[in-house]
Amino acid sequence: MPDSTTTPTNQPPIAVDDVAVRFAGDSGDGMQLAGGQFTATTALVGNDFATFPDYPAEIRAPRGTTFGVSGFQVHFSSNTIHTPGDVVDVLVAMNPAAFKTNIADVRPGGIVLADEDEFGKVGLKKAGYEPDVNPLDDEDLQRRYRIVPVPLSRIVREELADDDHGAKEVMRCRNIFALGLVCWLYDRPLEPTIDHLNETFGVKKGRQDIADLNIRALRAGWNFGETAELVGERYTVAPADLKPGTYRRISGNEAMVLGLTAAARKANKPMVYASYPITPASDVLHGMSGMKRFDVTTFQAEDEIAAVCAAIGASFAGSIGVTGTSGPGLALKGEAMGLAVMLELPLVILDVQRGGPATGMPTKPEQADLLQAMFGRSGEAPVIVLAAASPSDCFDTAIEAVRLATRHMCPVIVLSDAAIANGAEPWKLPDLEAIEPIEITHPTEPNDGEVFHPYMRDEHTGGRPWAIPGTPGLEHRVGGLEKEAVTGNVCYDGENHEAMVHARQAKIMAAQAVIPPIEVGGDTTSDTLILGWGGSRGAILEAADQLSAAGTPVAHAHLRHLNPFPADLGDVLARFDRVIVPETNSGQLRFLLRATYLCDAIGVNVMRGRSFQVQELVEGITRAMEGKS
Amino acid sequence: MTTLKAKDYTTDQDVRWCPGCGDYAVLAAVRKALPVIGGAKENQVFVSGIGCAARFPYYMETYGMHSIHGRAPAFATGIKLANPQLDVWLVSGDGDLLSIGGNHTMHAMRRNVGIRILLLNNRIYGLTKGQYSPTSEVGKITKSTPMGSIDEPVMPLALALAAECSFVARCLDIDAKPLGAIMERAAGHAGTAFVEVLQDCNIFNHQAWFHASQKDTRPANTLQLVHGDPMIFGVDSERCIIRSQDGLGVANVADVDAADIVVHDETNRTQAFELATMRYPDFPEPLGVLYVNADRPMYEAACEDQVARAKADRPADLQALVHGPETWQVT
Repeated sequence: MPDSTTTPTNQPPIAVDDVAVRFAGDSGDGMQLAGGQFTATTALVGNDFATFPDYPAEIRAPRGTTFGVSGFQVHFSSNTIHTPGDVVDVLVAMNPAAFKTNIADVRPGGIVLADEDEFGKVGLKKAGYEPDVNPLDDEDLQRRYRIVPVPLSRIVREELADDDHGAKEVMRCRNIFALGLVCWLYDRPLEPTIDHLNETFGVKKGRQDIADLNIRALRAGWNFGETAELVGERYTVAPADLKPGTYRRISGNEAMVLGLTAAARKANKPMVYASYPITPASDVLHGMSGMKRFDVTTFQAEDEIAAVCAAIGASFAGSIGVTGTSGPGLALKGEAMGLAVMLELPLVILDVQRGGPATGMPTKPEQADLLQAMFGRSGEAPVIVLAAASPSDCFDTAIEAVRLATRHMCPVIVLSDAAIANGAEPWKLPDLEAIEPIEITHPTEPNDGEVFHPYMRDEHTGGRPWAIPGTPGLEHRVGGLEKEAVTGNVCYDGENHEAMVHARQAKIMAAQAVIPPIEVGGDTTSDTLILGWGGSRGAILEAADQLSAAGTPVAHAHLRHLNPFPADLGDVLARFDRVIVPETNSGQLRFLLRATYLCDAIGVNVMRGRSFQVQELVEGITRAMEGKS
Repeated sequence: MTTLKAKDYTTDQDVRWCPGCGDYAVLAAVRKALPVIGGAKENQVFVSGIGCAARFPYYMETYGMHSIHGRAPAFATGIKLANPQLDVWLVSGDGDLLSIGGNHTMHAMRRNVGIRILLLNNRIYGLTKGQYSPTSEVGKITKSTPMGSIDEPVMPLALALAAECSFVARCLDIDAKPLGAIMERAAGHAGTAFVEVLQDCNIFNHQAWFHASQKDTRPANTLQLVHGDPMIFGVDSERCIIRSQDGLGVANVADVDAADIVVHDETNRTQAFELATMRYPDFPEPLGVLYVNADRPMYEAACEDQVARAKADRPADLQALVHGPETWQVT
């Protein structure tokens, strides 16, 4: 019986530092499950890792077609890593379409495990190959990669055949066979997967027979690797040198849920999460709907607009109102966010960015909503804008968003993206005790003798008192019409309006007092600063490391706070001759830097429906440093 | 507790409606009705959208929110989710709640959120200075319909019933007493209470409902619904509603058996729908409470219940939550 202690019959595993594996197959083939389980196993082995699930917008595109291919990439290492990897060392291709759409991402010499039984005439034709030209036999490809045809479907069919299960149930275990094979290849234990299968199918669904069938497939995959000697050697990746502590695996959307929930508890307030389903933000709604025991109420609204309005209503009534969406939904929420600016109520708006405009590429990441977040409202309507840098960073960013929204009584937009939302990494569990409570006070007494002025400001934060319905004596009206300073009465006076425009801007800027100074990393004496924001942090860190290692030292810094910028950003920019701003948009942060600081920043801009690859970033930065673009 | 008076609900803000606007009558009626209804002022919240009627909250000495166009039901829903104990009144116009906000109105009703909606229906866009509204009649000449409106008007009562609204009523702006009585019943209703108020806009749609609202027109052209009473109207109570093969019809009392006169049953949704689709001049305008269903669960109560059950089911252990299902140690 295979387990982690099994000694292979052939060579001992070869130690390698760093591996990326991609499982690719039909969107119904269970690639996300196989990849996710491989990641879980990898985490337990102690590697650092980063994952990248890449799935089509179509739920079940026609089987075998290239547009129905779903992939899950796991990058794991004995070193610290920050990205899912530019290229893959092992591709598992469950069919010709998966082979076709993913082969270009395999590094030269990389291993391709392909289910050869799927490469018949029909499968080839569906993938757009000539029916008589099998790419597994292509000599050019064979020279470039180590293509390993595996009779995967046949073995699963034959090995798992029993009287109790039909062909359909048996063939659904193909992904688990592939997982077993890759576990063998990288010397990963099977127990975590066996436990998971027993739990998922046996305990939760009462189908121990299905769990057993999958476990047989898992072992069959392992045994096939061990006996078939198709690959020859095996590999092992030693544990990474991570900081001591307790770790878990976390995706960005999971971390967002935990962060918002933790923030509500730290504020000791109920939270209302109102949202409308939209890819790739829906998982946050799903997650929040399971947080009811933490005094979280979820509301699936009739549309994006109703969602943000309900969140604002909830804030007015004394809950922490939060709404979540993606770019197109943020556009719909614009008017209501403007109202929240006017009402000066706390509101958190999560935007899990995806490729746009319009429906764009719903499952693909892009950082192209920054300017929408900054300016996508009528009138002068400044809000605080934060961006999470990695899956686990969503936790801290969510807490900060709630903290700032309630401190300054204003909307806070949190930008995430499809890559960090769905991607996962190890997360050293935070010390919850060390997270400062979020101090919120609701006035219960008038603030000017006998009179309550709803728009009397706190001199430090610029915020107004958050008096909530149910409080006797503080009855007041809020609304979208311009407010008279202090009293909050409707006022069309020009001078008052100008003062209020300034006041609403000033309180956003007042957040600078609690925004930490910029941390400049890398070679701080370099004349070049690489400045990034949001989900591209990992790729920028790795690119900066590579450049430094190659003799081109650069400094790097990363912004979580896009509005207001950290107070010292202007000074930091002025310290460098050259500021390079990589973004997966056409230069939105660069636009803001130029407008704010007259900083002649240089952009490295890629918009290919994925996060930055480290190599393209290294090349882009190098070109920028050479004065080319 | 001291007894509140209408003036206790009056803010220090100048009311800025046009002289003669029907909104004044409704405002006066609401200020008068609230002390009768009772409840603490601090627990009352008036929410509105955009339009003339939507200025309402500024004039009510309660908590209030003048929101954005059409979305008042969504704000009100959020308020109720956060604090189900609040008395939430929503006051807005026909353009706001039936045109731009039709979606939210419908969804608040089908969820049965415990809010009271006063829809002030003057069949015109007043604040934008006189365009036809979703309740304007076909052929209506307005600034945007110089050759007459070609849009079939929305029937607000029918829309409310179709959306499963659990309390549907209608009254006239100038009828302070019936309006107060209906508000009282609405306030006691657990769920969405919808009250259509037929209202005049003396600037852009003067005499909008004069066929039903004037002393000399009202008896002949309105049907005052009373639960359990036969549907009789007319100057001398000489007209009645009967049921024929084609549905409801109008007849002379003298021409029919008393037993054939339809009796109002406010729990009968099908009959309420028939009343809601009656159109003047073939029919009188129905006034009063058309329909009540006290048995539908309230949305915010169901929501609270789920939260309570979740709390009873598992402790709110943040440490365990963050810990997740699977962890590993790095030493």
